[in-house]
Amino acid sequence: MNYEIVIGLEVHTELSTKRKIFCNCTTQFGGEPNTHVCEICSGMPGTLPVLNKKVVEYAIRTGIATNCDITTNNKFDRKNYFYPDLPKAYQISQLYFPICRNGHIDIIGKDGEEKQVRIHEIHMEEDAGKLIHDDWEDCTLVDYNRCGVPLLEIVSEPDMRSAEEVIDYLTKLRSILQYTGVSDCKMQEGSLRADVNLSVREMGSKEFGTRTEMKNMNSFKAIARAIEYEAQRQIDIIEEGGKVVQETRRWDDANGESYAMRSKEDAQDYKYFPEPDLPPIIIGKEWIESVKNNLPELKDAKKKRYIEQLGLPEYDTGLITDSIHLVRLFEKTSEICKKPKIAANWILGELLMRLNESGKTPEDIDFDDSSLGKIIVMVEEGKISRDTGKKVFKKVFEENVDPEKYVAENNLGLVSDTATLKPVIEDVIAQNEKSVNEYKGGKQQALQYLIGQCMRALRGKAPAQEVQKILKELLDK
Amino acid sequence: MMKLSEMTGIEISKMIKSGEISVKEVLQDTFDRIDKTEKTFNCYVTVDKEYALQQAEKVQKLIDSGDLDDSPLAGVPIAVKDNICVKDKLTTCSSKILYNFKPVYNATVVEKIQKAGMIIIGKTNMDEFAMGSTTETSAFKITKNPWNESKVPGGSSGGSAACIAAKESVIALGSDTGGSIRQPASYCGVTGLKPTYGTVSRYGLVAFASSLDQIGPLGRDALDCAALYEIISGKDEKDATSMEFDKFSFSDIKNYSLKGKKIGVPTSYFGKGLAPDVKQRVLESIEIFKSLGAEVEEFDLDIIKYAVPTYYIIACAEACSNLSRYDGIKYGYSADSKNILDTFIKSRSEGFGLEVKRRIMLGNFVLSSGYYDAYYNKALKAKKLIQDAFFKAFDKYDFLVGPVAPDTAPSIGENLSDPLKMYMADIYTVMINIAGVPALSIPCGVDKGNMPIGLQLIGKPLDEKTILSAAYEFQRNTDFHKQCSPLL
Repeated sequence: MNYEIVIGLEVHTELSTKRKIFCNCTTQFGGEPNTHVCEICSGMPGTLPVLNKKVVEYAIRTGIATNCDITTNNKFDRKNYFYPDLPKAYQISQLYFPICRNGHIDIIGKDGEEKQVRIHEIHMEEDAGKLIHDDWEDCTLVDYNRCGVPLLEIVSEPDMRSAEEVIDYLTKLRSILQYTGVSDCKMQEGSLRADVNLSVREMGSKEFGTRTEMKNMNSFKAIARAIEYEAQRQIDIIEEGGKVVQETRRWDDANGESYAMRSKEDAQDYKYFPEPDLPPIIIGKEWIESVKNNLPELKDAKKKRYIEQLGLPEYDTGLITDSIHLVRLFEKTSEICKKPKIAANWILGELLMRLNESGKTPEDIDFDDSSLGKIIVMVEEGKISRDTGKKVFKKVFEENVDPEKYVAENNLGLVSDTATLKPVIEDVIAQNEKSVNEYKGGKQQALQYLIGQCMRALRGKAPAQEVQKILKELLDK
Repeated sequence: MMKLSEMTGIEISKMIKSGEISVKEVLQDTFDRIDKTEKTFNCYVTVDKEYALQQAEKVQKLIDSGDLDDSPLAGVPIAVKDNICVKDKLTTCSSKILYNFKPVYNATVVEKIQKAGMIIIGKTNMDEFAMGSTTETSAFKITKNPWNESKVPGGSSGGSAACIAAKESVIALGSDTGGSIRQPASYCGVTGLKPTYGTVSRYGLVAFASSLDQIGPLGRDALDCAALYEIISGKDEKDATSMEFDKFSFSDIKNYSLKGKKIGVPTSYFGKGLAPDVKQRVLESIEIFKSLGAEVEEFDLDIIKYAVPTYYIIACAEACSNLSRYDGIKYGYSADSKNILDTFIKSRSEGFGLEVKRRIMLGNFVLSSGYYDAYYNKALKAKKLIQDAFFKAFDKYDFLVGPVAPDTAPSIGENLSDPLKMYMADIYTVMINIAGVPALSIPCGVDKGNMPIGLQLIGKPLDEKTILSAAYEFQRNTDFHKQCSPLL
């Protein structure tokens, strides 16, 4: 029998606001356990939440970029459940009036045609803390640093039919979240997490099959593998005459299989009710318009501008715009060196090579974003040679050195002032009478030889063009 | 010279400012009274003399330098209900589960009273987590009514009302979720104000029912309550439900005339169940308002029949969620156990009292899937109807008058056995919290057993001024508020 896979996604993304959703603590990742906490996010008795307006703005941005209707009258609700990483024993979320509804993202479907994946809703909520199991001490510790970090949950309709479609949807969604500046979407740090709702049905059937929900996939690859595993598992059950059980399953990427976490019967009753500590948030047309007008340039618009205004080749543009991290570096570098084409060449040449060599991806770039621009300026102004520039860049990539300081400290700069160059070149002319005569006799190769001799005497620390210019002046005198 | 114990906070503060008496001397007088009667009345969970003296020293300097000239209650001792957080000081909510809890921060009202130069002398006993109307559900002690030791002081702010009646404090902060300031004020013969929801910051008030809780003052008279209300009210950036509103000024309540003012008297407040003595005193008080020039009209507030069920559904729902955080791990009582799940379960089973558990269970029930629409959602609709009924009444009347409670203080042990009866006794007060409007309880005489009776004045939203002014007028023309317990 032929089966169709039906998939819907619940994506959680941590927002890159500086402050938490209901208090002033930093959202920074890392940090010693329980250092980014206060009485509010640790749920001390008597404390109250105050909404960070930036979170609403980021949610509106996401809604606009995913073609959603923005809810005017927003409310928060309490989702009550007990877990040690949730200090209030309830999560402030949105159930009844989510901020965005009825959107869609366009993807390339299985058949190669463009298709829409509908967004059911997007809502705002707070993240929980983290439990750390200490095997050595045989105890479990809790870190509240992540408590209250703002999240958006983006819920799609069950519109996807294959792992490829899911990956395309996630790639598009990630690009939107990154380009709008809403989230950095680092899956390893948990700032993008996707739960997969999957069922299978006989091809052509209108009824949905029983679905399972899968959690704990830490990369796009893991998501694709988990989908293929789960679809096959469900098909096997049906083929053997069994029934798929509605349950939540946990993906174990190391073993390439999933196992049941809890069944529908064990599903919690979250006892949602309207959050009494937060008044409704009214989002008027003006607010939406102002967010719309200040929306950062999205991927397609950027591509178009790079090609049409900066004159970058389409292929190069595609490579850069695939990663917001490359885009950010490219724009910063261009701003410094004022030569976008050259900036693009360095990024696609030197940078991608270094990333490849070190097995890193653009989001791992951790050197100062002005460094590449500074290197290009030095090369273009003839202060260092292109080869030196590449060496300096390697140092920047590996150790995040300040390129200008590094060049100065290691004496890598080119000497280009005539006063310094002239005596050396005069010396070379004096010592190479034979070649000088040959040149004067019309032999062009002799000039190349003399230039070489000069560069050797200067130990390469002079721009070749400048040396040639002075040499010719002296010879032609 | 008048005895300090007969003076109001404003009078005491004036004497301190004029140099007739020092802050320390006032404190000493209060502590002497505490030493004498606290063993009998049990008003406090904690009395902190050392902390009070520390504050007094600072405040005396500020008063001497004239920095507190504008504060009407500078130097005045104040008792704070034990569900309001004072940094590094025990804040137990009279619950075993928080028996050792010391907050790491101050409630906004605490910051405000300290800035105004008031001296916190201790934390008052209450019904556990403010759930109850007798202060008997406290895990630590039973507060006695200073008018009669065999009677309860009311609740949940029983300690705050009793300490004023016992002259163990000049003034106090309480909290009112369904009558918890007004009813004990009524039982103990003191004045107490439940302000408009959103006018006093709840930041640092350990939550019972977030949409109903409100902190308010209890004192010897309306003027003291008005002065303390001025100090503690105002928009707070830390409480999103607090409102922006025109600054209230306590001295404004002195320039008010009852002439031509229209008072509404809800007939449904005088139905079956109202004790004859209470009814009599309240009707006499209404006559006093009339004699002062007010027009009085009866009207129907039939919706009162939905008040108690609506209140208990909303309050318990919010309470069960607010109280889920007490797990015996992060702070408070932790039961010894072999594993973590047992620790959670045992800590909560042993840490919470019977009434609190009853309300947690009720709350979980009304919120659970399948029952939400039948109970919680319906209660929200009833809340809207109750609000509308009040707004309609306020189209016609400047304020409303009625009893605070159906009867005077019951005997200790009388009510606990019958929770339903206890809940029904909240009928005149819970409506006010559902509507979010302000209401005041002032003494209006005693019953046959010489127990105080309270008169309730109910105002329009944000119109504390009218009910406080009317109370001030009433108290200028009567001396019920000056009568005190025969035991003192």
